[in-house]
Amino acid sequence: MSLMSEEGLRVDGRRWDELRPIKIEVGVLKNADGSAYIEFGKNKIIVAVYGPKEAHPKHIALPDRCVLRCRYHMQPFSVDERKNPAPSRREIEISKITREALEPALILEDYPRTVIDVFIEVLQSDGGSRCAGITAASVALADAGINMRDLVAACAAGKVGGRIVLDINDEEDKTGEADMPVAYLPNLKQISLLQLDGKLTLDEYRSCLDLAIRGCMSVYSLQRDALMRRYFASEVDV
Amino acid sequence: MMMAKRSSIIVEHLKKMQMNELLAKGKRVDGRGLVDYRDLRIETELIKKANGSAMVSLGNTQVIAGIKVELDEPFPDTPDKGLFICNAEVLPTASAYAEPGPPDEDAIELARVVDRGIRESEMIALDKLVLISGKKVYAVFADVSVLNTDGNLFDATSYAVVAALLTAKIPRYEVKDDKLIVTDESITLPINTVPVSVTMARIGSSIVVDPTLDEEACMDARITISTDEQGRVCAIQKGDSGTFTIEQLEYAANIAVNKGNEMRALIKSLCKLG
Repeated sequence: MSLMSEEGLRVDGRRWDELRPIKIEVGVLKNADGSAYIEFGKNKIIVAVYGPKEAHPKHIALPDRCVLRCRYHMQPFSVDERKNPAPSRREIEISKITREALEPALILEDYPRTVIDVFIEVLQSDGGSRCAGITAASVALADAGINMRDLVAACAAGKVGGRIVLDINDEEDKTGEADMPVAYLPNLKQISLLQLDGKLTLDEYRSCLDLAIRGCMSVYSLQRDALMRRYFASEVDV
Repeated sequence: MMMAKRSSIIVEHLKKMQMNELLAKGKRVDGRGLVDYRDLRIETELIKKANGSAMVSLGNTQVIAGIKVELDEPFPDTPDKGLFICNAEVLPTASAYAEPGPPDEDAIELARVVDRGIRESEMIALDKLVLISGKKVYAVFADVSVLNTDGNLFDATSYAVVAALLTAKIPRYEVKDDKLIVTDESITLPINTVPVSVTMARIGSSIVVDPTLDEEACMDARITISTDEQGRVCAIQKGDSGTFTIEQLEYAANIAVNKGNEMRALIKSLCKLG
């Protein structure tokens, strides 16, 4: 099966520079200090933020800033074959790079000696779940009222059927040539996550990064819309 | 594993200030230029019980890699490909802050990034490791251990695996009536390309290649880029809690290709492959 039709359409009918449908909802969990739900194509992810709160165990606390902890976790039923619920090495790595992607956006110095926990639960996975998770987590952190320099919008680009395309889905990830997840701070113009699996020439690398950032900008406007809907629904037309 | 022990905020800030002052003049604490590697030494074939082995030192960072090759069944979805499994760990010998026990997130990231660089470059021609399609293939296990840490575990570990793979000898088998008969001959692994990982740290507005432990303690962000012999980028991992601009990433990619070529030639010559 070909990943790119003669008319230049992809397996799910998208054009090369088209995102999957995205839906973001803010404040979906009652107990959490901040929360968000995202549908990114077939990805369905819920994120809860707790904190800033007292550090437990105490020795992890830092005297000059808050400690951010992230857990990216997939539900056993979120993938084709049941996933063991214990955290896999992949999930531990994604938890780490997610934390590192979000940290630059947070003003952690405002909350010394405390902890913020971010729990990302993947309910259904469809390729690009780390980007969707970061996107939702950033909105949930804003919902928790944590001081932030910027939002973090994430989106992957890659190479599929010889072409550079935006927002790789599960099928394209498995059979395509390259996948490059990127997280971007849209106002600070900084990249806080960059990974690559697969071969790209330097020119392809440049256009891939450029396209991924354009994708992040579209994701960013959806994040803003979601937050506006949650907090200013009566004042603005969104 | 602890890559850097944050001694105290004040010492860290003082160190960072000193480092930034030097970097502003294009200098580093140990006298290197910004894109210079420390001394790389590689000794191969030192473990006779292994199919391949390499001891690598990059400055004071010291790493040992061993290759063990076994026969196994291929994965059901890739019946015509051999297996490559790479694992890395940081031993309690490595520093006063390294502890025995299950790998923590830093060790897991290290292992996965090294594996990704080699796998995505298709260094080993896995399709040539098939003995009986769908039934028997060579399984190549690469295990690397960090013996001593002084920064840039990513490159040291990756070079050790690459050097051990390049010099590994595996037994040749003959297939007779669907049965495998081991011969006395040994063959080298089928190699497509030599991937080279180049790790850089951003400290303030400077980007330095091959950071030491002290530099890692002061860095804002890290990036590891693996390239192949055609100068293509095969794997990237940005690490640590800072960011890069597009211009910095452009610069890093160019350094990774150029420095990668230089290090590839060095690794080959140290492995006595000309």
